[in-house]
Amino acid sequence: MASRLETVALALVLAVVATSCCRLSPREILRRLAPVNLFACMVLVVLPWSTAGAASSPDAATLLGSRGLYLGVQVAVKANAMVLWIIVLLGTLDFTTLGHALRHLRVPGKLVHLLLFTVRYVDVLHAEYLRLRMAMKLRGFRPRVSWHTYRSLGYLIGMLLVRSLDRSERILAAMKCRGFRGQFHLLDHFAFSMRDVWFVLVLSIVLGALGWGELR
Amino acid sequence: MSEPLVRLDRVEFGYERGRAVLSDCSFCLHRGERVGLVGPIGSGKTSLLRLVVGLTRPRAGRVEVFGRDRVHEADFHEVRRRIGYLFQDADDQLFCPTVLEDVAFGPLNLGKSRGEVRTIVAQTLAQLGLSGYEERIAYRLSGGEKRLVALAGVLAMQPEVLLLDEPTAGLDEVSADRVMDILCTLPQAMMIVSHDHVHLARIAHACWALSDGKLDPVTLPLPGH
Repeated sequence: MASRLETVALALVLAVVATSCCRLSPREILRRLAPVNLFACMVLVVLPWSTAGAASSPDAATLLGSRGLYLGVQVAVKANAMVLWIIVLLGTLDFTTLGHALRHLRVPGKLVHLLLFTVRYVDVLHAEYLRLRMAMKLRGFRPRVSWHTYRSLGYLIGMLLVRSLDRSERILAAMKCRGFRGQFHLLDHFAFSMRDVWFVLVLSIVLGALGWGELR
Repeated sequence: MSEPLVRLDRVEFGYERGRAVLSDCSFCLHRGERVGLVGPIGSGKTSLLRLVVGLTRPRAGRVEVFGRDRVHEADFHEVRRRIGYLFQDADDQLFCPTVLEDVAFGPLNLGKSRGEVRTIVAQTLAQLGLSGYEERIAYRLSGGEKRLVALAGVLAMQPEVLLLDEPTAGLDEVSADRVMDILCTLPQAMMIVSHDHVHLARIAHACWALSDGKLDPVTLPLPGH
């Protein structure tokens, strides 16, 4: 908890540098940072009033100089740094690569395949949802605050569940027909290259610097 | 004539306690034969195919595949390795993110090495005119491409028999022609379920019609098509 503000700030600066190397649209990045900063603002407002040591009716000067404000700033900087690093390191991967990487890192197969199946079928289910919704609309359905609306939406969700279950059974049948016996095999296609060496090198320097800043 | 690859002997099938979908169906498929299967929706065409690979079991009668009686789940493991089944909805079959992985799924299950699998995948895709599709994302393909990739996934297992459930359903004329042309070039014995009587008449050596749970030989095109 008690990190130094300089170290945390350094992490944020490095995150910003890394982000600017990634050719992501600034707008998209700001959009993803917005919820984090909303939370950080709340923390900043609340913490100075609630840390131990604050007087019962403090004046502006004590509040500004309090440990609570210091902590609040730290939380805000930390949160932004974390989210930026996640955007840079994870957000730029596609799901398939992420799934495979997780599998190679010995994450349980069931979890990885749950992730990959979700990514694969979320589109199909969404299309199914839109088709059902369209069919409802074409028969004059307009959501209101009424039992009819709740019931109909309930049927819609129920139907989606039933169809998903049906589909999952067909998928399993199709997999069985191709010799599936409960064991997933993975095609290797990661190779350690010069780029990875550079990445590991740079990342070690960054982590080393942060660690040193913390322990010094 | 040689031993049939698939033989159904007086098979009866129905969903639990419901009426029989198939009753007293007998049928043989021999090496090199392409047999069409027609009939109205719900007449049991798909059920018939599912019986052959053991996805469902008959109430009565015998299912004999590759010269052996098949009764239990374990009997069908070998059957499924040697029979390729193309599903009606390609989305049910293509569950891997990329084309490469999907086509590789079957051969990997057969225990082939990764090197072999890559060769097989490249060959199969080339055979279907899909070279260069390896890294494409399966769910972003068009309907016709999905069908062909699903077929590639089946062919990559180098099956001796193909069961094709509506291989041209939902495809435009050009894609349907392409799929059927490719099927014509394959050496495997096939059972083809289809409503597309024109195409079926072109590629099938013989046709059977299912109605009221019975199988009867027919000549295509049927009157009215």
